[in-house]
Amino acid sequence: MKPSPEWSSASIQTEIDALKHKPGALLPILHALQDRFGFIPTDAIPLIAASLQQTRAEIHGVISFYHHFRTTPPGRHVVQICRAEACQSVGARALEAHAKARLGVDYHQTTPDREITLEAVYCLGNCACGPSIRVDDQVRGRVTEEAFDELLDELQTRPLEVSA
Amino acid sequence: MSIRVFVPRDTTALSLGADTVAHRLEREAAARHEGIDIVRNGSRGLFWLEPMVEVETPKGRVAYGPVTPGDVPSLLDSGLLEGCVSHPLALGPVDEIDYLARQQRLTFARIGVTDPLSIDDYRAHRGFAGLEEALSLSPQAIVDEVKASGLRGRGGAAFPTGIKWQTVLDAPSEQKYIVCNADEGDSGTFADRLAMECDPYMLIEGMTIAGLAVGATQGYIYLRSEYPLAKEILDEAINRADAAGYLGDNLRESGRAFHLEVRLGAGAYICGEETSLLESLEGKRGLVRFKPPLPAIEGLFGRPTVVNNVLSIAAVPFILAEGGQAYAEYGMGRSKGTLALQLAGNVKRGGLVELAFGTTLRTLMEEFGGGTLSGRPLRAVQVGGPLCAYLPESQWDMPLDYETFAEVGAGVGHGGVVMFDDRVDMAEQARFSMEFCKEESCGKCTPCRIGSTRGVEVIDRIRKGENRDANLALLGDLCETMVDGSLCAMGGMTPFPVQSALKHFSEDFQRPASGEHS
Repeated sequence: MKPSPEWSSASIQTEIDALKHKPGALLPILHALQDRFGFIPTDAIPLIAASLQQTRAEIHGVISFYHHFRTTPPGRHVVQICRAEACQSVGARALEAHAKARLGVDYHQTTPDREITLEAVYCLGNCACGPSIRVDDQVRGRVTEEAFDELLDELQTRPLEVSA
Repeated sequence: MSIRVFVPRDTTALSLGADTVAHRLEREAAARHEGIDIVRNGSRGLFWLEPMVEVETPKGRVAYGPVTPGDVPSLLDSGLLEGCVSHPLALGPVDEIDYLARQQRLTFARIGVTDPLSIDDYRAHRGFAGLEEALSLSPQAIVDEVKASGLRGRGGAAFPTGIKWQTVLDAPSEQKYIVCNADEGDSGTFADRLAMECDPYMLIEGMTIAGLAVGATQGYIYLRSEYPLAKEILDEAINRADAAGYLGDNLRESGRAFHLEVRLGAGAYICGEETSLLESLEGKRGLVRFKPPLPAIEGLFGRPTVVNNVLSIAAVPFILAEGGQAYAEYGMGRSKGTLALQLAGNVKRGGLVELAFGTTLRTLMEEFGGGTLSGRPLRAVQVGGPLCAYLPESQWDMPLDYETFAEVGAGVGHGGVVMFDDRVDMAEQARFSMEFCKEESCGKCTPCRIGSTRGVEVIDRIRKGENRDANLALLGDLCETMVDGSLCAMGGMTPFPVQSALKHFSEDFQRPASGEHS
């Protein structure tokens, strides 16, 4: 299911209640929220804190420690480019420069049309077939600059809305 | 009867279009009224041949690869379903592919052979034989078997697994835990991922045996969030193992319990460090803990905890099924058994190579790897991940074992071998090591947190030619401070690739920088 950015206090609380009994429940809760909404709404922080009997500072501290968690909605697709050594050895530095130029954004930024959020990642475990990128939950290998451009065209092609 | 055709489903095969190949095969076969049964197997780990399609014939499985969707019609025309080998992509009987035939696959014996989620397949290939054996043994006898195997931690630190288990067995506590470190963050490594995606029951079996050995009833697999497919496969395998009585309150009617859960990390490299991992599992920031106390005494939630890498745990079912001695017969010196090497980076034939300890890098990179992908001369190789040294050609003939590598300041680490051709700028690679540490440091100790930032700055000045000699001396000092003063391996080993670059590739620090940092 694609994440939907429409959240409410009740829907956040439902996710928290489903997991709060687990030992070390905080990361599972944060994942559940991000999987559902695409990000962790900052309004979730006091709700999580109250449910886990922790301070808001503690919850914020955990969210900000981990690269994976975000507190603002991403674009329609998240594209991660592997920056690690194995991909570097087959041209990842050139690919990342190309991707930034083509999208007109840097890492942790979203294109103005809100289609694509660009992120760096350190290793996708596809190290024999780099350069590798991840598009949402799909890993792609041997990504040339041309393949990257084709992928963007694919992602950005939206069906035309025809009015009846 | 339908002909069985195998199309792998691991991340690498999928990243190269295996799903589309599978769909195309299905469609083309249907159009030709051929009955085929597509099995989504794991990968054999011969990644340059992926997607590698196999067909079951009376004489065994025959392989074709790398297959693109466009190749499917001509493959069927040339008799793929009968195992004919006239097509240019035909590789012949899969077991006779040299790269595979020359390996010693103990841990990875099943990958690519079976449907990863089929318990029947797993059992048909000696699966759960180790668990059945363990259920008949006392905890001490299980630990003794692991000690006899000589198995050492495959995460990189190479601590004897049996001794760790003994410590947890001897620690009195109502509650103990088995934690599997599946935060495989080192660039150039994918063996954990392969084990989890292609043979998940092996990990489940190994963790259950560990639980029986030390008296733990709860296990956690701490999996990195960069591996969504491994999560999906492990979750499903755990459900099926539960239903079949291989997990749960009453393991195979023995009255003994073991429960298992996958927990996702969240993109922090440092959480591969065992104490940081435990903090993260507890729902906290992944800050490194001081040791002692060791996790074996005070680990997860303060309880005695076995923390083992995926590959350490994955070796255990074989050890219990075949005996510790059978495992110890492989290897050399104090490095017993097999090592899962991962050929990565600029390599022509990348993939998984499981061999007994003692082979050389040159054998691996040339005979298995076939040299660089670019066809240019190989210049440097980083073995063991981002915290290990870059090795020049003069070091490619040492036998791969823990002690030999440690003697020259190198590491075997988690077995990743990342190859670079002659276009690599080693000063830029050194800068990246510091940059990566800056990005991923947990921030608890100063040498790592501040040292890495200063390291990037000093290397930038060297590359610009600013007071080069003085700054090179400063970088040397900084590296020593980080090695001696950091709390864990993150800051303590980040200097290793830097120092090796300075030592073996010093000419790269003498020329003006190119590219964006100039």
